[in-house]
Amino acid sequence: MLQRFRIDYAKTQPLRYVSSLDLQKIWERYLRRAGLTLAYSHGFSPQPRLQQAHPLPLGYLGAHELIDIWLEPAVELTSTEVQQRLIATPQPGIEINRVEAISLEAPTLAKQVTAADYTVWLLDPVDPKELSQRVSQLLNASSLPRERRGKVYDLRPLIESLSLLTDSPSNLVGLQMRLAAREGASGRPEEVIAALGFDPFAVRILRTRLHFHAPSG
Amino acid sequence: MNIRVTEPQEIEVWLENNLMRVQKPGRYVGGELNQVVKEWSSTPVKVALVFPDLYEIGVPNLALTILYEAINQRPDALAERVYLPATDMEDLMRAAGIPIYGLETKHPLGQFDIIGITLPYETLYTNVLNLFDLAGIPLLAAERHENHPVIIAGGHATFNPEPMAPFIDAFVIGEGEEVIHEILNTYKAWRSRSGSREDLLYSLLEIPGVYVPRFYIPHYHSDGTIQSIERTTNFAPATVYKRVVGRLPAPPTRPIVPSIDVVHNRIAIEIMRGCTRGCRFCHAGMVTRPVRERSVEEILHAIRQALQNTGYEEVALLSLSSSDYSQITHLVERVSQEATQQHLVISLPSLRIETVSVELMDRLKGKRQSNSFTLAPEAATDRMRAVINKPIETQQLLETTQAIYKHGWTKVKLYFMIGHPTETLEDVRAIAEVSRQVLAEGRRIVGRRASLHLGVSTFVPKPHTPFQWLPCDTPEQIQAKQRVLLESLKGSGIKINWTDPKETLLEAWLSRGDRRMAEVIYHAWSLGAKFDAWQDHFDYQKWMMAFQRANLDPAFYTHRQRSLDETFPWDHISPGVRKAYLKQEYLNSLQGVLRPDCRLRCFACGILPTYKELRRQYPGPHWKCPEVPVHARA
Ligand code: SF4
Repeated sequence: MLQRFRIDYAKTQPLRYVSSLDLQKIWERYLRRAGLTLAYSHGFSPQPRLQQAHPLPLGYLGAHELIDIWLEPAVELTSTEVQQRLIATPQPGIEINRVEAISLEAPTLAKQVTAADYTVWLLDPVDPKELSQRVSQLLNASSLPRERRGKVYDLRPLIESLSLLTDSPSNLVGLQMRLAAREGASGRPEEVIAALGFDPFAVRILRTRLHFHAPSG
Repeated sequence: MNIRVTEPQEIEVWLENNLMRVQKPGRYVGGELNQVVKEWSSTPVKVALVFPDLYEIGVPNLALTILYEAINQRPDALAERVYLPATDMEDLMRAAGIPIYGLETKHPLGQFDIIGITLPYETLYTNVLNLFDLAGIPLLAAERHENHPVIIAGGHATFNPEPMAPFIDAFVIGEGEEVIHEILNTYKAWRSRSGSREDLLYSLLEIPGVYVPRFYIPHYHSDGTIQSIERTTNFAPATVYKRVVGRLPAPPTRPIVPSIDVVHNRIAIEIMRGCTRGCRFCHAGMVTRPVRERSVEEILHAIRQALQNTGYEEVALLSLSSSDYSQITHLVERVSQEATQQHLVISLPSLRIETVSVELMDRLKGKRQSNSFTLAPEAATDRMRAVINKPIETQQLLETTQAIYKHGWTKVKLYFMIGHPTETLEDVRAIAEVSRQVLAEGRRIVGRRASLHLGVSTFVPKPHTPFQWLPCDTPEQIQAKQRVLLESLKGSGIKINWTDPKETLLEAWLSRGDRRMAEVIYHAWSLGAKFDAWQDHFDYQKWMMAFQRANLDPAFYTHRQRSLDETFPWDHISPGVRKAYLKQEYLNSLQGVLRPDCRLRCFACGILPTYKELRRQYPGPHWKCPEVPVHARA
């Protein structure tokens, strides 16, 4: 029997510095420990079937990440059962928010992501007024040419919104932003931080939400 | 280095500000599955376990996995892990005055009570000095006082502890499972009486298997060889015999599962310890005797538990010679039943060169098995095989590799060694000839897909082996042999890998070094040598300069034939195998006399008399030496 589930989870501190490739492996082991039998692809070297909606880069935290898993259980499982098994077998760095059974035919998430929301805290002390000025300057610019991996691109159109965080839980100054996340047109929060003239490495980045085209199945 | 930060919280803050500036930051944070975090302030004895290389090399180390579990199971002790930072991270840490720290709670290394370092091979030595420096701990044992951690090293390389003796407070010779508890108890007792450091070192002397180098002073002849080893106290045993356990305790089943990719992402279960084959070049084979096996049931139980605790899909069944495990067929049958049910990949390294091995592996071959099969013939002529006591006929090698290709593997890997004692260019050419034959057969069987890889390492004579008296080849000799091999393989399509002859030299200097070698290690480190096990880091020139500064001749250690009655710097350390036995084996090798597996007939290597009490306590077939009857005079 083949079943597909969509898991909404948080990627927390213990897994902050893993790549999305590492995260894939961690999920495989997590599901095996939880006694959830993954389906395997067919072919010369069968691969377990699980799919992250949008790779979360190394160094980022995530509040609502999504992953689809295809299971081959002996008896049909409900989403509550899947959720219970995951919670009963903790994995440091993954917190389950919600598990949902979805149709095998539902389109893959990866193709439908359009944008992502981020909260970025600046770890170095910053004057909020100064920051607010730089934000408006940046938003007023018609283009923001930047270079990444030897390629020049315009960051400005990738920024859908950008504002100061009003109620930061820590005593750090923070920003909130929505960046485009389409294929070939994806904005990176640390690029925005660099464009604002701050140290792009001294930040804590949390992806809070992914946005999709159509209502996803 | 100058330490400017001492609080774990400050280290955490610094890490968050800097980790995105370095490669693979996941190495430096801990927090993995199965990590054990204990309350720092309320746990009496704090131990840091160090693998002196990068995280991804160190995490899978089995010795530290065993100790980590054993220590953390005690309510009165905690163990944390420490690995060396890569140079990008090290530079940042040095610039900011951040000390090296334990991954679990981020406490600086200098705040631990005991630092346990594993030294499985010699090329880690400079990293140990770097570790101390990154912790702000004085490099020399003599310069450390009551407030510094006690530094204890163990592992295969420490069967010759002398090159590292001035830097280490105490060495554990042999197996650590029992002795670790004795050390912790001794430490606790010492602390409760608020003794001096000297007092602690004296108490450590009383633990069998522990070597405290400061109570031994080597004296040299004018030619640089050892005249005598003087003991500065009668409490120091004249010979320190290694520790062995009478029965292997249950294997660790809750290993750390790293969140990032490391060298081995799998469960490792030791099925047997020791080896009875007696290959004369093999250090591990001599120092890990006697052979003790785990039962099939115990192994299966451990596999099941470890799978449950880790979620891994690969299991490696480890030993020095898997084919010699007495229940191997039964084990493979049982394990393969589990494997097919769960998409597991089982690896069973170190198989003998015989068609049975291929049948065994064939049973383990799941859906996702690798397509390569590895064998280690080591030598290609009968004469050479008799010298090293690894008799495998060429015909047998050919039949085995044929079977491998026939069973569907397309890639065969063969490990050979060059630089064996008395080796000629003919012996080297034979490697190429045999290899060509193997590949030709492979192509006949599976066509163009057949491939052959050769791993050709260079022989280094090791202490406590029958070859400890021998010089090793010069780099020029080795290069000449490598050239011959390359020429004879030209156009064959066979891929070949080998070790840089200069790197081999480093291993050779260090493995048979005396205590004066410590100065060379010190100078090499201060000239910037570190990560010597990494090809891109190893710097031959620095080591040559270090020898100059220490006023020692490297050739004395590597290219010198020792006389049969020479006292070696490691003679007061014993793996239980007698020097007289090794000498006999050396003479046998010169005559090409073979010694079969000692399970067929005991050759009195020395293990039984040394451990006869232990053998009596642990009778039974799990231990492969003969039984010792209660009244026997062994
Ligand atoms: S004592 Fe005998 S049986 Fe035991 S390891 Fe030595 S030679 Fe082999």
